[in-house]
Amino acid sequence: MDLRLVLSISKTHLLTRKKQSLIAALGVTFGIGTYIIMMGFMNGLNGLLDGLILNRTPHIHLYNEVEPSKKQPLDIYKGYGDRIKFVQSIKPKTEQTRIHNALPLLGFLNKQNYVRGATPQVKAQAFYLGGSIQLNGSLSGIDVMKESNLYNLGDYIVEGSTRDLAQNENGILLGAGVAKKLSLKVGDVIQVSSTKGEIQPLKIVGLYQSGIADIDNIQSYVNLKTAQRLMGESDNYITDINVKLYDLEKAPELAKEMAELFDLTAVDIQTANAQFETGSSVRTMISYAVSITLLIVAGFGIYNILNMLIFEKMNDIAILKATGFSGRDVKYIFISQAIIIGLIGGVIGLILGYSVSVIIDNTPFDTPALPTIKTFPVDYQIKYYVIGILFSTISTFMAGYLPSRKAEKIDPVDIIRGQ
Amino acid sequence: MDKILEAKNINKYFLKPVEFQVLKDISFDVKKGEFVSVMGKSGCGKSTLLYILSTMDTDYTGELYFDGQLITGLPANDLARLRNEKIGFVFQFHYLLAEFSVLENVMLPAKKLARKSKEEIEHDAMLKLKLLGIDDQATKLASRISGGQKQRVAIARALINDPSIIMGDEPTGNLDSKNSDIVFSIFKELSVEQNLSLLVVTHDDDFAHRTDRIIEMGDGRILK
Repeated sequence: MDLRLVLSISKTHLLTRKKQSLIAALGVTFGIGTYIIMMGFMNGLNGLLDGLILNRTPHIHLYNEVEPSKKQPLDIYKGYGDRIKFVQSIKPKTEQTRIHNALPLLGFLNKQNYVRGATPQVKAQAFYLGGSIQLNGSLSGIDVMKESNLYNLGDYIVEGSTRDLAQNENGILLGAGVAKKLSLKVGDVIQVSSTKGEIQPLKIVGLYQSGIADIDNIQSYVNLKTAQRLMGESDNYITDINVKLYDLEKAPELAKEMAELFDLTAVDIQTANAQFETGSSVRTMISYAVSITLLIVAGFGIYNILNMLIFEKMNDIAILKATGFSGRDVKYIFISQAIIIGLIGGVIGLILGYSVSVIIDNTPFDTPALPTIKTFPVDYQIKYYVIGILFSTISTFMAGYLPSRKAEKIDPVDIIRGQ
Repeated sequence: MDKILEAKNINKYFLKPVEFQVLKDISFDVKKGEFVSVMGKSGCGKSTLLYILSTMDTDYTGELYFDGQLITGLPANDLARLRNEKIGFVFQFHYLLAEFSVLENVMLPAKKLARKSKEEIEHDAMLKLKLLGIDDQATKLASRISGGQKQRVAIARALINDPSIIMGDEPTGNLDSKNSDIVFSIFKELSVEQNLSLLVVTHDDDFAHRTDRIIEMGDGRILK
């Protein structure tokens, strides 16, 4: 079978009916273009929303929970035998909020091959002092560089940078809400008092804005050492350990393991943010459903146009067959037209999708939630473009197959006799 | 003289709308270089016979030999190749591909045969068009030329692969007498000069009487 001959015939067919070919191709273009736009935009948004919570949430959070002892002294005493015991008004036992043996534990976690990084934190209640006013606050002492690497802390800093904090033992990244209330700006000094009454002046090296007002009114970040000093504790005083894994899916399983192993409370990210994954997968599903629907509509368009074309070309088909073209040649002539329409429509669709994506990508998008993001997020993954072109080729092939089979089976004698 | 085409006991039935025997035990042959015409009233089965002889219709009983070889029962692809290579067709309606130029129409069967390069095919096609006196129309679209010219293009197309036989289904049926004369003289010339066999179904008495032999059909049989 000479493919060049078949293609040259289909080319003539397509070119002499430019308008119809164009309309058929446009159907595919819109289907594919929409697919690219939807996937890029949806996934960009997904990434943004995931980033909003998931990226700054540790995969596993280890800490000491304040809770009543599971075993009361009464349970240990054997003297009462099997009798039913009542203990009223149970209080939690005094327990240190620090994690016991935190430094060796961190060392151990950082050596595990499934752990991307484990970071220490010191969480402390504090007051921001502004003249005679005391504002409630929450200080987190962090390992600044590690924290910004693993949890993109830098994305939430509106002024200054994480580096400034890392370099300044007496620096503080102040919550934007606090700064506003106390009308402080970067470079000013703020007095911070611990719950124990110890007062420390700290220099504001940057402003932190998470986008959630309740947090921004309270939360500030300092160096690990600063927090320990404020609490009057030594450098092995660590209240929380945040673990980031390579594989997020393993978090629940590993959290359970760690809780048992270290005798700590371990909360995994899935439990903490169950709603986010559901949201992402539903959005992806919707974009696929819309794109597939569009492509099916485009497919029907091609099916119709080819059917009409074959009906009009009955005589041509008969004469081709009479002069020695086989049924298969004729079938390929029409299938190749469908595929050419699909490919051209698909490629234009990719270009259209890409261009609109670029436009969306450059549309201003101001959100207090993500201070570093200025435009709509778009995901340009090559995967979607490959799927798009495959999809357009396959769907047009299927749309072209049935009419082409019909053309293959046309009996030239019927046509010639019919005249 | 060798036989180019031989039919033995051909029977053909139509099943729709009612069962009806169109061809009854037809046997005859066409020799190489012979110009044969088939005549008969409408509905006597002469076109049906031609389609069977042309290998397009395979739904018959009996045996058909082409150039001494049995072709009854060959697979469709082999028959398509045989048509492409050895048989040229001219129909009552011109059946050109309207979207292609005259030259491309003539070239198509040769391109399908793919025995020669594109340049050679183009050269051959121009020769055939010149032979039929329409080489000046070569670049026009097939839909833009007159009926008589179309029929000559169809003949040029039938000749492009240098076939062993040309079959015509009322090739002059749609033409005025002047164009009919032209077509006949072309056929005659081919028969005499190139020793080409011709089998032509016609209603035209004048046309038929100028051929070498007339096969007269009636009621699905050969009368003489």
